[in-house]
Amino acid sequence: MHVPDGFLDPTTSAATAAVAAAGVALALRGARRELDERTAPMAGLTAAFVFAVQMMNFPVAAGTSGHLIGGALTAILVGPWTAVLCMTVVLLVQAVVFADGGLTALGTNVTLMALVAVAVGYAVFRVLVVLLPRTRVGLLVAAGVGAFLSVPVAALAFVGLFSLGGVADVALGTVAATMGGVHLLIGLGEAAISVAVLSAVLTVRPDLVRGARHLQRDVVLAPRPPAAHPVPVADAS
Amino acid sequence: MSSPRRRTTGFVLAGLLVALLVAGVGSWYASSSPDGLESAAEQHGFAETARDSAVADSPLADYGVAGVSDGRLSGGLAGVTGVLVVLALAGGLTLVLRRRTAPAPETPDSLPAGQG
Repeated sequence: MHVPDGFLDPTTSAATAAVAAAGVALALRGARRELDERTAPMAGLTAAFVFAVQMMNFPVAAGTSGHLIGGALTAILVGPWTAVLCMTVVLLVQAVVFADGGLTALGTNVTLMALVAVAVGYAVFRVLVVLLPRTRVGLLVAAGVGAFLSVPVAALAFVGLFSLGGVADVALGTVAATMGGVHLLIGLGEAAISVAVLSAVLTVRPDLVRGARHLQRDVVLAPRPPAAHPVPVADAS
Repeated sequence: MSSPRRRTTGFVLAGLLVALLVAGVGSWYASSSPDGLESAAEQHGFAETARDSAVADSPLADYGVAGVSDGRLSGGLAGVTGVLVVLALAGGLTLVLRRRTAPAPETPDSLPAGQG
């Protein structure tokens, strides 16, 4: 859903650019807590992977396609603040090098796909991780629902911006219905890809999934030695 | 609290290979239909308000390499280039931001718990 130049008026574009800049500034601070020697290369890889998979448009309905956004997936893999930075780099390269998404719309696209999609996807994921069983399946369901919801919410956020600063005069209700509907379908693809990728990484290297740390901790604590209950020994003498 | 720290080099290289294959080869098979936003814009009559990007004539615009006539080769090269550029920028940024394994002297409050 890369927004081109021209859809939104200059005021709205400037406002979203300010929101995007503030979000990225916060993320530059927050990401320092998430990144260390091991996770930094993972973040670079995740961004490159998201760029690649975003090229894979899949058909969703007659004459319409969609592609992964990757905000939820990235946040679960490397942490939400780092995800904002990764998504911003992807969108920046797409806009500047590949003319995908407008230059004046870069702030809008960062707001929608690096801030809204990451925040919604990760927040839903965290809530469901707490509510669902602490298992691999529970984690994947939480990730899938978060990824799924991030897409229509980002699409409706665009409609919200369009209602404030859309250049064209069109019926907003029907635009919202069309955008929401088609992005529900694209969200299903987003969920499928995100769950498949997370499942693969969890199989090979579960220690590299930041959002799965609660599962790792269980594994470490599980083999508690029986010597922690010394009562029978004390009775013997 | 940390389990034995395993190296990530092999995983990162394997993941990069997957990304390069997806962008370089898999993208041949991507749908070329308009995406959800373009489709909605056409349907509701505001597609014409889109203006060409200022970099619409750049050598890699629209995921093709200018001057390469073979569509698959052009798209594949553009995809591979994009993966490497994103890797360099995102990897470089996160490497600059990361905590060093040896705690930096100017940030004593960043010492992780349980190291002593």
